Amino acid sequence: MVEEKDKVKGGVITGLQAFRDEVITKYPKKVAKKRAKSIVLSDPEQIPEIQANVRTIPGIITQRGCTYAGCKGVVLGPTRDIVNITHGPIGCGFYSWLTRRNQTKPVSGEEANFIPYCFSTDMQDSNIVFGGEEKLKQAIREAYELFHPKAIAIFSTCPVGLIGDDVHRVARHMMEEIGGGINIFGFSCEGYRGVSQSAGHHIANNGLFKNLIGRDDEVRGSLKYRVNLLGEYNIGGDAFELERLFEKCGINLVATFSGNSTIESFENAHTADLNMVMCHRSINYVAEMMETAFGIPWIKVQPIGARSTAKMLRKIARYFGEQELIDKVEEVVAGEMAEVDAVKATIYPKTQGKLSMLFVGGSRAHHYQDLFEELGMTTIAAGYEFGHRDDYEGRRVIPSIQIDADSRNIEEITVGRDATRYNPRKTEEELKVLEEDLEFAEYKGIMNQMEKGTLVIDDLSHYEMEKLIERYHPDVFCAGIKEKFCVQKMGVPLKQLHNYDVGGPYAGFKGAINFYKDIEMMVGATIWKEIKAPWESEAYIEAQYAY
Amino acid sequence: MNASSCNACKQCMPLGACIAFKGIEGVLPMLHGSQGCATYIRRYLISHFREPIDIASSNFSEETTIFGGNKNFNTGIDNIISQYHPSVIAIASTCLSETIGEDVQYLINEYKSIHAGMAGLPEMIFASTPSYQGTHYEGFHEAVYAVVKALANERGKVGKHLNLFSNLISPEDIRHLKEIVSDFKLDAMLFPDYSDTLDGTSWDVYHRISQGGTPIEAVRKSALASLSIELGYILTAQSAGDYLQERFDVVCRKTGLPVGIMESDKFFDLLSAVSNRPVPEKYVKQRGRLVDLYIDGHKYVSGKRAVIYGEEDLVVALTAFAAEIGMKPVLCATGGESGKLEKTLRDVLGDLYSGEITVGQGMSFERMEKEMNNLQPDLMIGNSKGYYIARKMDIPIVRVGFPVHDRIGAQHMKMLGYEGTGMLFEQIVNALLEHKQRKSPVGYQYM
Repeated sequence: MVEEKDKVKGGVITGLQAFRDEVITKYPKKVAKKRAKSIVLSDPEQIPEIQANVRTIPGIITQRGCTYAGCKGVVLGPTRDIVNITHGPIGCGFYSWLTRRNQTKPVSGEEANFIPYCFSTDMQDSNIVFGGEEKLKQAIREAYELFHPKAIAIFSTCPVGLIGDDVHRVARHMMEEIGGGINIFGFSCEGYRGVSQSAGHHIANNGLFKNLIGRDDEVRGSLKYRVNLLGEYNIGGDAFELERLFEKCGINLVATFSGNSTIESFENAHTADLNMVMCHRSINYVAEMMETAFGIPWIKVQPIGARSTAKMLRKIARYFGEQELIDKVEEVVAGEMAEVDAVKATIYPKTQGKLSMLFVGGSRAHHYQDLFEELGMTTIAAGYEFGHRDDYEGRRVIPSIQIDADSRNIEEITVGRDATRYNPRKTEEELKVLEEDLEFAEYKGIMNQMEKGTLVIDDLSHYEMEKLIERYHPDVFCAGIKEKFCVQKMGVPLKQLHNYDVGGPYAGFKGAINFYKDIEMMVGATIWKEIKAPWESEAYIEAQYAY
Repeated sequence: MNASSCNACKQCMPLGACIAFKGIEGVLPMLHGSQGCATYIRRYLISHFREPIDIASSNFSEETTIFGGNKNFNTGIDNIISQYHPSVIAIASTCLSETIGEDVQYLINEYKSIHAGMAGLPEMIFASTPSYQGTHYEGFHEAVYAVVKALANERGKVGKHLNLFSNLISPEDIRHLKEIVSDFKLDAMLFPDYSDTLDGTSWDVYHRISQGGTPIEAVRKSALASLSIELGYILTAQSAGDYLQERFDVVCRKTGLPVGIMESDKFFDLLSAVSNRPVPEKYVKQRGRLVDLYIDGHKYVSGKRAVIYGEEDLVVALTAFAAEIGMKPVLCATGGESGKLEKTLRDVLGDLYSGEITVGQGMSFERMEKEMNNLQPDLMIGNSKGYYIARKMDIPIVRVGFPVHDRIGAQHMKMLGYEGTGMLFEQIVNALLEHKQRKSPVGYQYM
């Protein structure tokens, strides 16, 4: 929560109820009824129900992307040594080619790095009519000849499902044909399958579990403090900063899903002793499956913001419980916080008391509130592009979420205990002792953090965005490139939290410093005053005829 | 021919269609298909033009793919009308709707007949743009053609006005072309005019639909024009100019994108003949300055081996220009596959066409890179996607065309006419000088 002294004055928050009602009444009746359920006022004491993860209404311009984007672009895209082939016409592959700014750093020059490449089967008319499986096979052969990768993944776009190409069959066939232990697997992530990219995340999670996780039992590196970080995609170098911190603390990061990752790290991930979930929406399925199969407990972390990063490190230390690690973490936190606080002291007076709004992602709209709180800024409205109810209200609501046709489209895989490798990392008693501090397998959602009376909107429409800005003129609005120029036309700076506007990293301690500086620059910009030329201002008096 | 494409040098048809649609006044484009298409295309166009670009979608679900898009189409149109009040809704199809065989024109007709007499019922225009049939360049021209075909009608008298189909160029170049034709005192309808919609000013109040664009009344009158001028030799199988000529006897004159002296001369000659006026003094001077600039800069570009890539007509224009300033175009590449690139290059370049030119159609960047390893180029001229090759080979790149998303100012890139050519020439010379300075062991501060 924002500190008492920084809270916005003048009844801004109390006015949000009236604003909400006003916006809803402007919609046609049917749309209004639907939108009313997705626009609620937060109350951490008594979290209200919100409608989320339902289809966007045709003709309402949305921030959301498609299933393919979530699967290929988000979850699998950042792994550097899998050749990702988009099976479809050229557009989808092209638009997901390096546009997320997920970075990677091969250890040596010889190590494979396919991130700069965009492979597509570039389907043509004849493939749509006669089927594209042969072309896909040929594309796999070509990719193999070119790069000799250890793994190839195939991503289906809309027409693939319609013409009946079976990418899974092709994958099996090509795995046999090429041989030599190559791993080839497909994803049925046609764009129309889900409500948003979130469906693609789920499909990708299933694929990761079925095809990669747990294939390599060799324990590499230190036996101590082995963790995985889930739902971190290394936008703008976030993973590099977090890797730096783990290394400094002596924490052994086995795998990141999937920022700066490799096939080997995925295959080896089950040798870790703790899973940390960063972006709950896009990866919680993997955390659950790994707990069931291998007995690895998971906790939610949000290393965005200096205080939250410190909290994450302390949670890890608490989990392993060794004094050596606890002391090291405290030492690292103290050193890092000294730097952070020095920078914050110069910036805070300029940002304190200002307003922010965040409409992005499935977790960023939540995580970045920590950074704004550190700057003394209040988030008066926030929401996700592709979140589900649990991301808003907390995981306690999962059993009561209605399964609709769109969710049924996604293959459910049944995971049981691994016969040989299931190994509970902690006893029931140990977990019980730790539960209070670590809250295993729990995410309390965005509304648990947002101040009472602030506005929470799922799948924000263009119209609602326009009204929010017109009325509240926030000091900074956070969303993505699609919204950026609309918002800036209205005289409000927009911070892109999908790709960071060529900025970052924003995770960890160094990231917090970067973010403070970027927000200082944005809220302090004076260009907005120039929108009106002097001769357009009211004070400018034109010559008049005297009658 | 490879089965796969690695690092394609083209985008999809609906993307091109959306650019052309944004040149209609009061338009809201809609893609009939999955919402991802609208989202991807918006994010891609926005990162180039840096303007709000709203594109609606009929948001297909799995159910829609089975039962057809009729319901989604109608809901989409209903909501667009109630929120945006557009004067035109321009609809492009996607792979998805084309694969299931949606008849969008039928859906439009049905919607219109149900809502006949409704106040504020917008025009609805459909362009068929399945990505598996061409590139964004074909999509752009298909949309231009579809708009003209839907709107042009011969009610009224044949006028003195002319049609200028300006091709896929930057907003700044659109403004420049409009200035040129107006200086010839010609009354021209330029289409598609996205010079304001995709390169607007800062706003006092928010506009749900960006202001600007070619008025639909002007497009209607295109059938009554005295002449059409169409920029670009390659275009698509049937262009808007061809259509007006065949259907309404509006003579269509085609010339290239006016880049360089040779191609600009053709364009200004044509305008002079059409308007029956001498070339205005302003342009005589611009031409003079350009010649002067060539003289100043020729020694820095002479013999430099250039790789030129992008949309086919852009490649033709840039190659003609590169050849006339004494550069050696060694690779002319496009992702398009019209089959006309090499012949057009030979025709336009004439004596300047050298046996050293490798012409590649259906090219990807990966194949370009392979070629370039043997060609030892000094410079790349084309869109941002080639940057990684320039970086690997440590050669400069001059960014023109689409997309340019690693620099600001793509919307202001001017390269048409004598003045625009001058600016492009300066960019090229300075890129080469910058590179030379950076590579020099001693560095130099004066030349």
